[in-house]
Formats: sequence, structure tokens, C-alpha cells
Amino acid sequence: MTDPNSPPAPLSQQVKIPESISGLEPVRSVRSPIRLVYDFVPSPPVQEYLRSYSKKKILGHRSPIDGAVFVPPRGVDPRHGVLIEESVELSDRGHVGNFCVTHLPIPGRDDLDTPYVSAWIHLDGANVGFLGLVAGCENDEVHIGMRVQAVWKKEEELGNTAENILFWKPTGEPAVPIEKAGNRAWDQTNE
Amino acid sequence: MSKSNSFRDVAVVSVASHQTKILSEVNEVQLMADLISNCRNSVGVTQEEIGFTCSGSSDFLAGQAFSFVHTLDSVGAFPPISESHVEMDGAFALYEAWVKLQIGEVDTALVYSYGKPSAGSIIDVLATQLDPYYVSPLWPDCFSIAALQARLLLDKGLITLEKMAETSMRSQKNGSDNPNAVRSSKDVSFENLMNEPAIVDPLRASDISEIADGGCAIILAAGDKAKSLCERPAWIKGIDHRVDSHTLGVRDLTRSPSAFLAAEKAGINTDRLDLAEIHGMTSAQELILEKEFDLNEETKVNLSGGSLASDTMMASGLIRISEVASRIISGQADRGLAHATSGPCLQQNLVCILEGE
Repeated sequence: MTDPNSPPAPLSQQVKIPESISGLEPVRSVRSPIRLVYDFVPSPPVQEYLRSYSKKKILGHRSPIDGAVFVPPRGVDPRHGVLIEESVELSDRGHVGNFCVTHLPIPGRDDLDTPYVSAWIHLDGANVGFLGLVAGCENDEVHIGMRVQAVWKKEEELGNTAENILFWKPTGEPAVPIEKAGNRAWDQTNE
Repeated sequence: MSKSNSFRDVAVVSVASHQTKILSEVNEVQLMADLISNCRNSVGVTQEEIGFTCSGSSDFLAGQAFSFVHTLDSVGAFPPISESHVEMDGAFALYEAWVKLQIGEVDTALVYSYGKPSAGSIIDVLATQLDPYYVSPLWPDCFSIAALQARLLLDKGLITLEKMAETSMRSQKNGSDNPNAVRSSKDVSFENLMNEPAIVDPLRASDISEIADGGCAIILAAGDKAKSLCERPAWIKGIDHRVDSHTLGVRDLTRSPSAFLAAEKAGINTDRLDLAEIHGMTSAQELILEKEFDLNEETKVNLSGGSLASDTMMASGLIRISEVASRIISGQADRGLAHATSGPCLQQNLVCILEGE
């Protein structure tokens, strides 16, 4: 076998810069743009989820193991690696499980002034939260457990997209106690 | 490592794989949930009994950052599991799991990998693995680079177009018994293959691997645990991986020194081989590998049809291990070689020698 420590022949030779370019400034960086194109086909549960948005409905998936409800539906209970078939329609109301005051703008959302509040929205009947924008109140009024409901786009603007929900606004209902707010699917007792 | 007895006995005890031309609406999570549960159920283990989980996949292929985290949904990673991932073929994930088993803290491991090249353009994705300064910006497609390699082999008289056609024919005939083979034919004729026009000169369509979507899951177990899970485990007698230079211009593309070295270190020469599953993108690459491994008539090569019949980027190598292991587990063979490759023109190579008792 070849000695693994000796450099390959072409690399062991001294590099000679041709006279014609010897005085030029050395190259310090190279830009190589990359563009890759994909055809993303959503899985059947995600297709159903996106289509139902146009009817102002939010779908979840119910686990065959213990009935925990996941939203968005992804066709699988990630705790057990078990496929899910059963869809459930969820309310467009819930509570803030956790939130963050964000100072970075979202590309394409020029209507959104910074800082804004992004939050984990826990829908009534769901055991996990999903990300949403909280508005309709001062940022410093947002708190864990705050009850919220979806503010939908106008009927004529609805499409097969989660963008149909413009933001989540406070309902003014009594807040969910902090110890009951947030994720419950990963709670072993799953009350 | 082959001569040393200080290594812990580790075996493949269960395998599951699926390949098809296009998965379309079936996503990676659904595909792998099915394969992983089949693989676990067939030896009666739950995820909680698995000591270590390791996967192989590519974000460039999936078009999604941290795509492997999504695919963990298919494993059942709660309560939290010990888990790792390689941005490489699953065969290299299997190597990591083997090392973990050698450390001795766990007795079982789940290894899986998958790819869905139908979602994007694999020839563009593979161009991004090349040297980013001089080669990648030219966007050479993977088949053209492999064609340059085949041209070198032909011009030096190391292979012939006839030998290439025989290799393609073997793949198509063997593949006809494999439900995962996308391109197969019982009665493919040598004349027809020879008459095919070159699509990337000198490669004909049949000389180039058939790109497929799919995945593979394997369970490894050590010592007595392996014996309790499987009547005839496929013991890993040697496993090694080596790498050649990334720069195509400094390599002798008619050879694959890293494949030779990996096979030698894995202990290829300690006994005869009943079968070999070798992983190449072209018929010409299979011919290079046969030479590097010095395979002769007593070794049946690519009984599954090999990656020419169905090539799933990120899973083809692990599937080679699964094909050898399943034939040992079922008692059809006693000793076999499984090979996996990565990078352009057989740049990086892994060899795994498997044996039944």
C-alpha cells in the first residue's frame, strides 16, 4: 500500500506562480452561490390540516396510546413512534403556555412592529402548544396562562394556510393557573 | 482489528428496509415509524430497552434544517433516549453504534437511515459535497464525474464496456427476487444492454444506479443479549472505514485505496466469503470494488441487485449491511462482506464483515 503519510505527488511539488500574474493581489475569498430547489409534498395529515384552515378549522391528531392530542397533526405520536390516524377538530381558543418578547422582524411581515410577542398557544383540547403571535394588548400584559383566541383573516382572504390566523388576542377570561398552563402531553400523569 | 480478541462481540439481530421509486406523500417520519417498529417488533424489543440510537440522513437532501430531529418522531424518544446522528450514510451511523457498544455501557442499539431524493435534484445536491472553491461552483453532476472515472478505466484497459454490461445484467437479474429493487428484469439481455446509447458517455442508463426513495433500520446487540434476541445473529467480525483525498485531481480514480484498506483492516482475508454486497453508483465502480476486495467466483456479489437496482442516498450503504445480515440470520450464508461508500468516485469506504455461528 501507499504510505499514508506522504502527500500525493501533485501536492508535493512546489507551487510556481506564473510571471504574468505574480504581481496581482492574492485571492482572499471566493463566493460560490448555492441554490437547491425542492418539491415539497405535505403528508396527507398535513394536507388535511392546511385545507381545513380555509374553513377556519384547526385539526389535531389523537394518539391511539393515551388519547393525547397533537397539533399540528404529523401522523405520528412522537413519544411512542406510533402512527396516528384519528383527527380531531380543535377550538380556536386556548391559553399562552410560554412566550417571548421578540425584537427581530419577521421577513415578509412589514406590518409587524417590533417588539412583538411570539408565544406557545395551547388550544383547548390539545396536549401540546404551537407557535403563534399574540397581539391586541400591550406586550407587558402578556402572561403565562392568559386566555387567547384566534383572529382570522377576512372570509374572502382565507386560503389553505396557517397564515389565515393573523394573531391571537386576549379573551379577558380568567387565566389558567401557572401550574396547569403549558405542555401536558409529556406529563407522566397526564391529568 | 480482525486478529484481536479484545473486541466485544456485536451482532445484527434485526433488519427492515423499504425502497421505492417515489414515496410521494409518505414522509420520512411515516416511512421510518413503520420500519423502526417492524425492526423492533420482530425481535420483541421496545425503545426503552434500546441503549443507543443513531441515525444517518442529509439536510441537503431533505431541504430542511435539522430534518433528523423531525424524524426522531418516528422513534418514540420519550422518556428521553441516548441518541446521535451522522450526516452520512447509515452504515457510518452503524459504525458509531458499534463503537458505543464496544465501550460496554449499553447492550443494544437502533440504527436507521433514510433518503427521499425524489423531493429535489440529487445531482445538484451531490455537487455540494465537492471541493467548494474549484469544483462545486462548476456544478458538475455526480453521473458526469462517475463517467470520467469510467472513461479512465476504459482507456487504461482496466475494464471493458462488456464487463460493465455484465455487471448491470447481474444487478437486474438478481434484483428480480428483491421487492425493493426498483430496476430489475429476469430476462434482460446482454445485447440489449450493449446496444443502449450512452447517456453520460461512456455510461449507459443501465450502468448508472437507479435513484430511489427509502430507508433502513437495524438493531445491534452485544454478546448474550444478541443470542437471546436472535437464533442466529449476524456477528460483526470486523468493521473499518477509511477515506481518500477530497480533491479528485490528486487521486488515482481507477482505484479506491481506502476501500482496499478498510477491507484489509476489517479482516476480509481471514476466511472465504459466501457473499458480498457492494455499494457503487455505477457498474464501473462495482468493478473497481470487486478488484479492491479481490472477489472471486465463490463469492456471490449483490444478490439483492445492489445499489444499481435501487440507490437511496444515505441508506444504500446501511441496506448493504442489512442484505448480508438477513441472509446470515436466515441461514442462507455463513460469511459475507458489506460495503458502503460516501463522497465522489468511491472516496470514503466502510467495510463490515459479518458471520453466522
